Amino acid sequence: MTSTVEGRTTAATANGVGASPARPDGTRKVRGEFAYSSDLWHEDMLWGATLRSPHPHARITGVDVSAAVVVPGVHAVLTHDDVPGLNRYGLEHPDQPVLADDVVRYRGEPVAVVAADHPETAQRAMKLIDVTYDELDPVTDAEDAVHGEVAELHPGGNVVRHAPIRRGEQTPQADVIVTGRYEVGMQDQAFLGPESGLAVPDGHGGVDLYVATQWLHVDQQQIVAALGLTPEQVRLTLAGVGGAFGGREDLSMQIHASLLALYTGKPVKMVYNREESFYGHVHRHPATMYYEHGATRDGRLVHVTARIYLDGGAYASSTGAVVGNAATLGVGPYDVPNVSIDCWGTYTNNPPCGAMRGFGAVQAAFGYESQMDKLADACGLSPTEVRRRNAMSEGTVMPTGQTVDSAAPVAELLDRLEAMPLPADPAPAGGTADLRTLPGGVSNTTHGEGVVRGVGYAVGIKNICFSEGFDDYSTARVRLAAVGGEPAVTVQTAAAEVGQGLVTILQQIIRTELGVDQVTILPMDTSIGSAGSTSASRQSYMTGGAVRAAALKVRGALLSHAATRLSRTTAELHLDGGKLASVSDGVLADLVDVLGEAEFDETVEWRHRPTEALDPETGQGNAHVQYGFAAHRAVVDVDVELGIVKVVSLDCAQDVGTALNPQAVVGQIQGGSAQGLGLAVMEEIQTEGGVIRNPSFTDYLIPTVLDMPPMTIDVLELADPHAPYGLRGVGEPPTISSTPAIVAAIRAATGKELLRVPVRPDHIV
Amino acid sequence: MEFVRPDTLEEALAAKAERPGAVPLAGGTDVMVELNYDHRRPEALLDLTRIAELATWSASGGHVRLGAGVPYTRLIDELGDTLPGLAMASRTVGSPQIRNRGTVGGNLGAASPAGDTHPVLLAAGAEIEVASVRGVRRIPAEEFYTGVKRNALAADELITAVHLPTEAAPAEQFSKVGTRNAMVIAVCSFALVLRDGHVGAAIGSAAPTPRRVPDAEAFLAAELPWGTDAPLLDSLKRRFGELVAAATEPIDDVRGTAEYRTHALGVLARRTLTWAWDDHRGSVRACA
Ligand SMILES: Cc1cc2nc3c(=O)[nH]c(=O)nc-3n(C[C@H](O)[C@H](O)[C@H](O)COP(=O)(O)OP(=O)(O)OC[C@H]3O[C@@H](n4cnc5c(N)ncnc54)[C@H](O)[C@@H]3O)c2cc1C
Repeated sequence: MTSTVEGRTTAATANGVGASPARPDGTRKVRGEFAYSSDLWHEDMLWGATLRSPHPHARITGVDVSAAVVVPGVHAVLTHDDVPGLNRYGLEHPDQPVLADDVVRYRGEPVAVVAADHPETAQRAMKLIDVTYDELDPVTDAEDAVHGEVAELHPGGNVVRHAPIRRGEQTPQADVIVTGRYEVGMQDQAFLGPESGLAVPDGHGGVDLYVATQWLHVDQQQIVAALGLTPEQVRLTLAGVGGAFGGREDLSMQIHASLLALYTGKPVKMVYNREESFYGHVHRHPATMYYEHGATRDGRLVHVTARIYLDGGAYASSTGAVVGNAATLGVGPYDVPNVSIDCWGTYTNNPPCGAMRGFGAVQAAFGYESQMDKLADACGLSPTEVRRRNAMSEGTVMPTGQTVDSAAPVAELLDRLEAMPLPADPAPAGGTADLRTLPGGVSNTTHGEGVVRGVGYAVGIKNICFSEGFDDYSTARVRLAAVGGEPAVTVQTAAAEVGQGLVTILQQIIRTELGVDQVTILPMDTSIGSAGSTSASRQSYMTGGAVRAAALKVRGALLSHAATRLSRTTAELHLDGGKLASVSDGVLADLVDVLGEAEFDETVEWRHRPTEALDPETGQGNAHVQYGFAAHRAVVDVDVELGIVKVVSLDCAQDVGTALNPQAVVGQIQGGSAQGLGLAVMEEIQTEGGVIRNPSFTDYLIPTVLDMPPMTIDVLELADPHAPYGLRGVGEPPTISSTPAIVAAIRAATGKELLRVPVRPDHIV
Repeated sequence: MEFVRPDTLEEALAAKAERPGAVPLAGGTDVMVELNYDHRRPEALLDLTRIAELATWSASGGHVRLGAGVPYTRLIDELGDTLPGLAMASRTVGSPQIRNRGTVGGNLGAASPAGDTHPVLLAAGAEIEVASVRGVRRIPAEEFYTGVKRNALAADELITAVHLPTEAAPAEQFSKVGTRNAMVIAVCSFALVLRDGHVGAAIGSAAPTPRRVPDAEAFLAAELPWGTDAPLLDSLKRRFGELVAAATEPIDDVRGTAEYRTHALGVLARRTLTWAWDDHRGSVRACA
């Protein structure tokens, strides 16, 4: 990897930007010593429990808590009547009741909460609450919700958002037309640490909440509205997060625990179990997509027409933004002159869906990449050639009219993948190959019989940071002083470390900018301004950018202080590994000596360049900040008689602009690819009539180490001049192309159309 | 909930007689999940892990007595050559952690239609040894599974061991379909044991209980060219697969469709027959 980058202002510092220092939580997590939010504890604390609706759609006709409140050990049983503020919350629209009032709209919707001195007591009391329902017909089909004659689930109808994109000719002519209808099942984030937190009343009507979340301040906003308090009265501190992937962007137990704590005057802890977790967070939107691609005979795209339906479930969550992504990125990383896309996000009585890694771009990619393979077939081109012929590049105009103004190395990513060596041929039937290398593994389903190899390619595109005119910023405070005879820096932000490694990146940035080794990252809380969400692959960019900006201010102040002390001009001074130096005279003084008793403390609110809203009729507008690209080549062995798939290799090429921490970058690519593999061949929340059929890790399967092959990863660093250090968000792109590459490989092995993910054995046989 | 920890089998049987509602606890890999999910609230747990004799096995005269409490990991390590079919099934159970704790006794106690050891026990003609203060009896595997997650144990009985015949040159296969390449509950499974002139074959996860497939067994027993090292005709394998498929009584569920299960069992039957017959031919050649 190359790493000459604009803006690196000091000599390379050990463990600075571009190095891979060990992350502080790694060893503790592996040894089981890391304190997660579910480990929180307080003297005299109570345990909360949540009563949830057993029906996907029903009118509540009565709630009788009398049997529950008299259970010894129970301190509170609360319903919607006890919500002091607005009994609604939501990321984009406050449409979701804190506790259901008249109607429940999904199976698992909270109806009442209990606090008791023992978790068992809370559970028992919860079951004694008598709720009576009039069941209503559930709306479970997103297309029906948009077009059909079904019940309106919310005032204003069942369409959360319709985003049209119109570019170029709307009735174009093309030599070759391919069409398809594709479906994406409901994927779960499957984070391992269930929803949990601890609310501690402050004795003055306020509350301190310790919680695993992705965005402290947006939690705070929704909590204060529901509790009728001020932000000063509701203080949040990030607790140990056991994975997020979008599933913690919405509230789960935050308001409930705070409500119970305020009502009882005691600390209240809530922890969901695995089953409850499936009801306690939003999932990836299932999608139904109709695509038509038109091209010239030599495979150059003339038009793409698409209708995309995203099932948002019972409440809006971030459906609007997911729709925006699926629509604006709906043709993929290709240059398409004529585009007509309509994307709808709907209300139904299915489980609520919202943010998950890839956020609308994942669903669309399964559609457009399946189409690109069909087009390759129709034009007699290889899958990589048809993509190269249409690959976008810097300067390409997106379907929104936005010009891509930094690297977009789509063709190069494909070239690099094609150049990678292929794995050895599969073992012949009846051989003595290690079973673990074969489809089915030690389950002993084949010794090579029926095994056919296939290879598939895919590329994906993702917007980085928040889009469509959102005021997206992060706040950082950097303080430099001498501590115990050493220069030391403390960094404060409210950015949620959810396991992605942000705390390490922030330390690296300080080392690079200030040449100071000792960097302490303070606990993340709401005593400082918002850092925005840990999502949209944005925290290295945004909070990294804010910390860098604050560090630069500290450096400026320090240099003028030093100039006075050393009788030099600021311009001739620079920082070099804990020393102050000038170009002409070399090292002048130790930083610690220059610092003396002085202290430099700067807080910065930092923004990326502004974006624009989309025109509501044409979908035109400079909606996105930055685009990220990854491409995958998957090699699979399929047992075509049993439909069992073994992914043999899953190689990836991705442009990351600049790898701030190369090891963390590779980790993100491996993890994102594995999540895409899960969606390709196993991960789905199956619903029937709005009811989840597999709310457990027994039947919601995620890839094991025997499902995920070793990867060859090629990291390109084509710096983006608009971004701090030239970085490009890393976390989401690898999740996007992994799925369609694997499905393409399965198609190549089996000759089946495979119009739906996850691909199941019975789709193949 | 009370926690009873007997040191000897005698004490355990007395405790079970006294409180038939006490739930035995071996590796706990089924019991603890049920407790965690609140699917079960027993009045007492009867911990069997201190009873040394349940965790032992012995072999003599063409027969193994496998204690109900021997964990899968030990079964695989210590009896992998003697009981290859059961070891194959054991290797597919859960993850290393589950195999370190889980036991055949627990698999039998749970009697899930998807339990991995059941088809092998059926195909091998195993007998389940059960005991109570009233005495010891042996239940043939085919009489043990009485319904979905139900078995032939009386309320005061504990499973003490499994008895299996052994062969000098065993021809045994177990095969399981899952939608993940490790740690997966069976979508369906199949076991086949060939023993000079005798065939045992059984299916898992494709009927309310694990069960033998008598028509397919009888067909094979009659048609196999026993004692020769002749390869098998495809037509014979196909017919066997059809007979196995015909014996299924599957349902659609989250793990797979009924149609798929029936289809897959036909494939597993053909393939395991090929492999088991290869084992058999190998032993014929070795003797010649
Ligand atoms: C993550 C995970 C993965 C799993 N994967 C598989 C799999 O792939 N295949 C599979 O077949 N199973 C699987 N299981 C289920 C379980 O591991 C097996 O059924 C195992 O054999 C149970 O053994 P145990 O000793 O842990 O039983 P326990 O949980 O201790 O007991 C199981 C049942 O048997 C009863 N019992 C136990 N011992 C006796 C006895 N001596 N006499 C009478 N009753 C008794 C108990 O009361 C209980 O009802 C899995 C479980 C988990 C948690």
